[in-house]
Amino acid sequence: MPDATTGVAGPPLLEVDDVTMQFGGVTALDHISFEVRRGEILGLIGPNGAGKTTCFNVMTGVFQPTSGEVRLNGQKLVSRSRHQITRLGIARTFQNIRLFPEMTALENVQVGGDARHRTSVPGALLRLPRHRREERDGRTQAFELLDFMGIPHAANSLARNLPYGDQRRLEIARALATGPELLCLDEPAAGFNPAEKEELLALIRRIRDRGQTVLLIEHDMRLVMGVTDRIVVLEFGRKIADAAPAAVRADPKVVAAYLGVPEDAA
Amino acid sequence: MSTGGDAPRRSAGGRFVDGLRTVDERRVAGLAGIRSRWRALPLVVRIAALAAVAVFFYLLPNLAIPLIPTPDTNFASVLFTVAVYVLVAVGLNVVIGLAGLLDLGYIGFFAVGAYSVAIFGSPASPLATKYPWLMLIPIAIAVSMVSGVILGGPTLRLRGDYLAIVTLGFGEIVRLIAVNWSITNGQIGIPNVPAPPGKFPDGSPLFGVIDTRPFYWLALTVVLICMFGVKLLENSRVGRSWLAIREDEDAAELMGVPSFKFKLWAFAIGAGLGGLSGALFASRQGFINSNSFDVLTSVLFVAAVVLGGAGNLAGVTLGAVLISYLPERFRGAAEYRFLFFGLALIAIMIFRPQGLIPSRRRAVELADRKREAEEEVTAGA
Repeated sequence: MPDATTGVAGPPLLEVDDVTMQFGGVTALDHISFEVRRGEILGLIGPNGAGKTTCFNVMTGVFQPTSGEVRLNGQKLVSRSRHQITRLGIARTFQNIRLFPEMTALENVQVGGDARHRTSVPGALLRLPRHRREERDGRTQAFELLDFMGIPHAANSLARNLPYGDQRRLEIARALATGPELLCLDEPAAGFNPAEKEELLALIRRIRDRGQTVLLIEHDMRLVMGVTDRIVVLEFGRKIADAAPAAVRADPKVVAAYLGVPEDAA
Repeated sequence: MSTGGDAPRRSAGGRFVDGLRTVDERRVAGLAGIRSRWRALPLVVRIAALAAVAVFFYLLPNLAIPLIPTPDTNFASVLFTVAVYVLVAVGLNVVIGLAGLLDLGYIGFFAVGAYSVAIFGSPASPLATKYPWLMLIPIAIAVSMVSGVILGGPTLRLRGDYLAIVTLGFGEIVRLIAVNWSITNGQIGIPNVPAPPGKFPDGSPLFGVIDTRPFYWLALTVVLICMFGVKLLENSRVGRSWLAIREDEDAAELMGVPSFKFKLWAFAIGAGLGGLSGALFASRQGFINSNSFDVLTSVLFVAAVVLGGAGNLAGVTLGAVLISYLPERFRGAAEYRFLFFGLALIAIMIFRPQGLIPSRRRAVELADRKREAEEEVTAGA
């Protein structure tokens, strides 16, 4: 069962409760339970194929878990549709960038902001006051977020024409635009050089300081150790550790999972 | 439905549009220049220019411009047909170009609209009502929209190629109903479809058989209104949601876009516009039978959208104009029209896969941003 842990302890924001996810005969997640506390940066790590992204997919409604429940602020998420879950306050980025390539950066972010908007066809056709207000607010927010992510120059470029790093930043901006309480980043530093990773670290902290909780999947151990308050480690779909970074680093099970156990020690 | 590998899965329409867009940027550069210069013009100038274009088209049947009029057919009635095709393309563009849903059975909605006017309006029909023409048109639009929702409700959960096949089937179902149902009367059809009201001072009907210019002016007006409406939708949350769905439906869902709802809207709006064009067509013909609604015409509609540039209003308009006007202009070669269209489509796919006037997302002028920043400051003060 989950170890009691240290770190910034707020009330639980997201609870993953005994989630199992099977694909045919393969068990991708095996009775996983952990919680994300409000205001913390939680790392989710594990070797390739450990089930990290599957975990994201279950949380965001892409997959229906075979059993178990996910709760955000006490509200059950399982069997809700994906866009509803987003509106309840979870936003994510993708391991492989999935922007809207033929839309401008600004529009990409506006789509995220639209998650909080309610204008539909009649409102847009009649240009009702709500449409005008939402357009103005959405645009302003989108520019702010592009600024925040350090890519204001990209606003009018098509997403597919942006350099790789800007695309990653744009994805985060788009996710933030949905107004999430919990931001899930799936390997945001993939393909970044050390300087860019440093920048990203600072950015993740600033996101937390804005009052958002961050769940981070990352391979780069240094990055994870440097920024997270707490780390959950998965291996083969099971949780093998849930502790503060220093404790995780010292955990022999984690070391074994990452480095393998030497033959003579076994 | 799975996004296991996180690999982008785009709708077939999206992929379709994508395939058309393996763009050689240099080819678009010239157009992009025109486009940005156009955007740089003050709003008043742009509106004036558009108004001038509209006036030109209103005057077209009265201007004797050499080479433009059709030698063998009444020019105004050709123009009417062109306007109907443009309206079809504007509607189909919402479905294919914006929402990325490949609809191969669009003729079905066109037929539903046409038959609605005929069935409820013609005294020869057993279901005839006493409603005036102006009432029949909204009814036709409503019936088409409902048929769009009925088709879309269960099928929009399908993606890509599957959706294309189902819509193809829908078009065929509508045609077969038209052929076999006693009320639609198959090949014999329904005569005396009502025309729009109005009389000349001498008592002859305004929308008559001899002078078809009023019909053209009516259709042109309807086209302009519909284009304006579609533009309004494009520049709103609705249009952004459509594009996002076209680009990557899963990502759109995860960013909070209720994709099913907006796909259904796209289908309903597309169906409504298709029905409206069918209703205009039926009113002008005065008689319809099941021959007008075959799959080939449906494919022709898609060709108009693709040829012109899916997703771009000007592009699809041009595509529709070419596809409906050229066969009438060169009547002698009209028998070979599908040969030419086939060749033209192949040529387009090779040399300009994104369409004649490709879709390009609007870049928001920096000026807008400045204005907003100022608004913010004043609002904050």
